[in-house]
Amino acid sequence: MDNIAKNSTALSIDAAGARLKDGPRGARPKRTLSRRNIIVYGTLIVVSLYYLLPLYVMIVTSLKGMPEIRVGNIFAPPLEVTFEPWVKAWAEACTGLNCDGLSRGFWNSVRITVPSVIISIAVASVNGYALANWRFKGADLFFTILIVGAFIPYQVMIYPIVIVLREMGVYGTLTGLVIVHTIFGMPILTLLFRNYFAGLPEELFKAARVDGAGFWTIYLKIMLPMSLPIFVVAMILQVTGIWNDFLFGVVFTRPEYYPMTVQLNNIVNSVQGVKEYNVNMAATILTGLVPLTVYFVSGRLFVRGIAAGAVKG
Amino acid sequence: MTSVSVRDLSLSFGAVTVLDKLNLDIDHGEFLVLLGSSGCGKSTLLNCVAGLLDVTDGQIFIHDRNVTWEEPKDRGIGMVFQSYALYPQMSVEKNLSFGLKVAKVPQPEIDKRVSRAAEILQIQPLLKRKPSELSGGQRQRVAIGRALVRDVDVFLFDEPLSNLDAKLRSELRVEIKRLHQSLKNTMIYVTHDQIEALTLADRIAVMKSGVIQQLADPMTIYNAPENLFVAGFIGSPSMNFFRGEVETREGRSFVRVGAVAFDVTAYPARGRLHPGQKVVLGLRPEHVKVDEAGTGEVHEATVDIEEPMGADNLLWLKLAGQSMSVRIAGQRRYPPGSTVRLSFDMGVASIFDAATENRL
Repeated sequence: MDNIAKNSTALSIDAAGARLKDGPRGARPKRTLSRRNIIVYGTLIVVSLYYLLPLYVMIVTSLKGMPEIRVGNIFAPPLEVTFEPWVKAWAEACTGLNCDGLSRGFWNSVRITVPSVIISIAVASVNGYALANWRFKGADLFFTILIVGAFIPYQVMIYPIVIVLREMGVYGTLTGLVIVHTIFGMPILTLLFRNYFAGLPEELFKAARVDGAGFWTIYLKIMLPMSLPIFVVAMILQVTGIWNDFLFGVVFTRPEYYPMTVQLNNIVNSVQGVKEYNVNMAATILTGLVPLTVYFVSGRLFVRGIAAGAVKG
Repeated sequence: MTSVSVRDLSLSFGAVTVLDKLNLDIDHGEFLVLLGSSGCGKSTLLNCVAGLLDVTDGQIFIHDRNVTWEEPKDRGIGMVFQSYALYPQMSVEKNLSFGLKVAKVPQPEIDKRVSRAAEILQIQPLLKRKPSELSGGQRQRVAIGRALVRDVDVFLFDEPLSNLDAKLRSELRVEIKRLHQSLKNTMIYVTHDQIEALTLADRIAVMKSGVIQQLADPMTIYNAPENLFVAGFIGSPSMNFFRGEVETREGRSFVRVGAVAFDVTAYPARGRLHPGQKVVLGLRPEHVKVDEAGTGEVHEATVDIEEPMGADNLLWLKLAGQSMSVRIAGQRRYPPGSTVRLSFDMGVASIFDAATENRL
């Protein structure tokens, strides 16, 4: 028994030796510092720095006091960390007659963004569903008009819209601005939803019809549950788009309803008094925080949804 | 009694006419297969019967009720799709009961029908699962179940087995046949697979460019194809065709192809074969006898290629200057280059007019 075991190990060692002599075998070893890696990682690092450096400067500056800023080392970390500028930006900075900081603009923006996003997505998803699945008479014409709408510059339509809103009696109100945002979100969102729904298997829709489901039942029970990614994409597009909007905010509302972006501009661009860079930086970061949060929280779903909505058209 | 009746049905998408004045009557309890290559209009016809496509002209009757303008749900049909089309976010049970819930069937009745369907299709253990947790065969079974719970008399199948692998396909094929035998519903089944058509159908409608070429039981379709298209479409490997001319000598009829003359006196022609008539002689690979002592005349041919397939052995031969295939038993082997003696049974041959391509 012992003998045989010994023999067999000896044999297997011999065999291994023979195999080693054959040359390469198994996974190819990978060098960490290959030329390819240096190029790939080098580019990525440079690009990241390009984007992250300004952000770093902003954060660092917003945490310094004014005397320290005047010294001029913009890349230096703060010697004395202070949250004074943030508090001031949020609650005390003056725009025009009001001195209650960005907080007023923040709540205005929330009151503009939330209904605009919900209404525009609700309407556009039904539009897209009808265009993709029901092929009603004139659907193609309707779709073409919507797409053309996406290419017309906003500025062209400002004056006519002012008149329309005035006639409707909602000019200068939040309602008016919500209507404008909803309408301008329609072309791109409808396109997004139509393409997504067109990419879902048509037989599913047919099966639901054989099962007796109507327009709304199919939409609510079959299509909606399958469309989470595209809803997330639409939500991100709309939240960031509407939150970052400046033009419509300044044109279609009165000062007490100005969104955060307009207020930020008024703080940063005020010509009177000392330029408080730290407050300006803090105010800017505060304004950008909402879209940033949205991106970070839903980034993965965003990429998935964009891919899903874009592939078929 | 007619179950489904299609009368003068036309359908066009803009300038493209897919179906033109098509007529079809399907008996109660009949299994009808619509067979054709892709784009022949078979699925379009099925969708018209289902009510998923609006017809341009004509009428559709189901159980002697004109349903031309009815919604799919009101036609008394159940449908099974190629891609299963199960609702991905619902469990199997919810998938089965969705249509009944929409129709506001009382819950006890829903439970009864779902459990009956699950029992027939043996999917009880799967009821709580999502479609993504099922295999292809199980998914298709659930899809059939969804048609089953609707308690309808007409089942429509749109290439239900095309997404399955070969083994599952033959298993499910038998199950569908068994289902039809026990339920005795009317079934309309669309496929491009001739094996499915021949094995399942009571009658097959072979379609080409929106026109039914032949409507008959599988054996008639196989043995006596009505025209050249049907003859070439049915059978694998396909029928051997020889283009030639009719000759008559001493009271016997021949089809002359180059140097070879086939004696077709035994062929049951519908009319008379006129001397000089240009015809196409069709011989199925499995109807050729190789090296067998028989009655009729004998032709010699050389083996070109041999394709052993286990149960069968397929020989590619050269005869009358063209290639032909012959199917023989798997145990008999002929190396390439060997000479074989062929004899033909003209009783099961087909002769078509070369110009009209119709059976003579």
